[in-house]
Amino acid sequence: MRHTLSVLVENKPGALMRISSMFARRGFNIESLSVGPTERHDVSRITLRVDCEQHPLEQIEKQMHKLVNVLRVSELESGEAVERELALMKVTATPARRGELIALSQAFNARVADLGADAIVFEIVGDPEEIDSFEELVRPHGLKELVRTGRIGLGRATLNPKPNRRQHVLT
Amino acid sequence: MTMNGADAVLRSLEAEGVDVAFGLPGGAILPIYDAFARGTSIRHVLARHEQGAGHMAEGFARASGRTGVALATSGPGATNLVTPIADAWMDSTPLVCVTGQVRSHLIGTDAFQECDITGITIPIVKHSWLVQDVEQIPHVMKAAFHVASTGRCGPVLVDIPRDVQEAQLDFEYPESVDLPGWKPPQKGHPRQIARAAQALAAAERPVLYVGGGTLNADACEELRTLAEVGRFPVVTTLMGKAAFPETHELHYGWPGMHGPKWSNWAMNKCDLLVAVGARFDDRVTGKLAAFAPGATVIHLDIDSAEISKLRQADIPVVGPLKQVLSDLADELRALHGTGHTPRTEPWLRQLTAWREEFPLRYRRSEETLKPQFVLETLQELTAGRDDVVWTTGVGQHQMWAMQYLLCNTPRSFITSGGLGTMGYGVPAAIGAKAARPDATIVCVDGDGCFQMTQQELATSVLEGLPIVVVIVNNGYLGMVRQWQDMFFDERQSQIHLTKHLPDYAKLAEAYGGVGFTVDNEGDLEGVLEEALTCGRTAVVDARVDAAEQCFPMIPAGAAALDLVEFPDEVDEQETVAAA
Repeated sequence: MRHTLSVLVENKPGALMRISSMFARRGFNIESLSVGPTERHDVSRITLRVDCEQHPLEQIEKQMHKLVNVLRVSELESGEAVERELALMKVTATPARRGELIALSQAFNARVADLGADAIVFEIVGDPEEIDSFEELVRPHGLKELVRTGRIGLGRATLNPKPNRRQHVLT
Repeated sequence: MTMNGADAVLRSLEAEGVDVAFGLPGGAILPIYDAFARGTSIRHVLARHEQGAGHMAEGFARASGRTGVALATSGPGATNLVTPIADAWMDSTPLVCVTGQVRSHLIGTDAFQECDITGITIPIVKHSWLVQDVEQIPHVMKAAFHVASTGRCGPVLVDIPRDVQEAQLDFEYPESVDLPGWKPPQKGHPRQIARAAQALAAAERPVLYVGGGTLNADACEELRTLAEVGRFPVVTTLMGKAAFPETHELHYGWPGMHGPKWSNWAMNKCDLLVAVGARFDDRVTGKLAAFAPGATVIHLDIDSAEISKLRQADIPVVGPLKQVLSDLADELRALHGTGHTPRTEPWLRQLTAWREEFPLRYRRSEETLKPQFVLETLQELTAGRDDVVWTTGVGQHQMWAMQYLLCNTPRSFITSGGLGTMGYGVPAAIGAKAARPDATIVCVDGDGCFQMTQQELATSVLEGLPIVVVIVNNGYLGMVRQWQDMFFDERQSQIHLTKHLPDYAKLAEAYGGVGFTVDNEGDLEGVLEEALTCGRTAVVDARVDAAEQCFPMIPAGAAALDLVEFPDEVDEQETVAAA
């Protein structure tokens, strides 16, 4: 089962390396990872996507908690979080097919970021599953290159950030 | 007060109460060694190899309960510390390593003796710092000691470029640390402790499975109280050895691969297993699915990540063991007050019966010296003394030491458990001697192990830190041979070292120590007695029967009930019972 973890870390040299090293040495697999600044200049947020069962997930959370630079680990549970991703897709588009592709992109609120003689670069921001769908639709046209940022997420506006409840039980 | 970064390191160490540090200088750490030369209250012990310095710092920490300090230069000096750091990581030994680094402007250029030691050690440190600004030194040093010694203990690394050591700062040692991400648990949850007490009061066949965390937590008194209040049998792991008096009537040995049958059966048949600062290591559990199959598990630990890592804990309590064990004993007393009385006497009788039925055994011999006899003799010569500290290497001799030496005083048995570092014994003994100058420090070593760090005999002699090394010399990498014999159809491969080369007694003399060679039972006691009382660095080369194997043994990945006993093909008259 897939889980999204939101991790607040001190913005210190090596913080990301300590986390990724912990994943590697304990044999946990990261599906996607994105890092960026937060509302505090000295704190970064790492959004991690992992595919694992409940027991390894608890281990991941607890092992991350032990890292000195890690301030908070919480799971973004589906339905309780807003998750977004950005993708850029370079798609083969001869002048004859352009119109069709652009019409398709409009249905997904994708944007033409660049246009060449025989290709278009689309930009799409959305729910990662929407991006999957758009990717599938443009693929038959000739998907030359693709890049995705990995998902980022925040708890819903009505929710306050909370540490994972399991930590309360244990400490 | 204005000073340079190197002085600031020493003033920080002094402020932390450090009185001895172990190390070896080199180019990138010259300013710190210059600061030593200009004056400090800290004794510096000059090792012959940085690995030795690291293990000495570990031995110091384990013997004293304080944080060990090791110093090395950049590049190879720092990489030589990697093994002790990994060892301290696995055994949760508090260790602060300070390494010199090349000048800041050279970092990343593949400069002479440059290596990314903070990068290399990331998987094996609690935390590390590459100090880029001299002003950070006091804060980093304060944080380093705090992180190493709080929560679950372990190693940290402080890497300081040479130009940062030379830069000036206005030194003031901070009174507190600012580490928002480091918040070790302060107190075990009362509700969980109450649940644990109820389970303990209800249990008919409980076992306290005690690990090294109990020693780190300085909770041995509290453990003893709990065991006595509830009449609970105690087994101590290799790392937990000496956390509970081993001649106490409630001590029932040591679990795991080479633990006696009665200890492993106690774990296997118990209805309540209480892990106390222990982590269900594979050398203890064997086949996890068959480990203590019928037991409810209470897990007491400072590290929440150990809870249910390998064995699901039914009642976890995360907190400092001193408080947790103490509160648990109080809860239990309260329960006893309301009519619950200890129900463990039949169980204790059963364990005692197993102990009498399946004692540790080996066959003595007229012709050869048996390794177990060496350990038994050491035990007899030191019985009742609370001023003897043992260290060991790793292998057969280590397992025999676990089986035959009975340790009653906390921190009197120092060994490399998790990493299994051959060569740990000699330097760890020197570190222990620095921590306890009045104690007799005995390193029980193997001939393979001894040859990995023997150069530290020079440190022992010249620094006035005399130790006694008893080499259980079978001329082989004995444990490897045992595995080849048992699991590789006796195809022996690259394990013969020979008993007589080098001549260890002469080697000891070459280093300015005293050397003894003994190869028979008759001379053994006299030789050991002389070595133990000579007050000098002494090496006893005990040439033992090479064919001897370490039993009992639970093969890796097997269950406790698959334990292999000492081969029983001869007359009972020739067997010797011990323990």
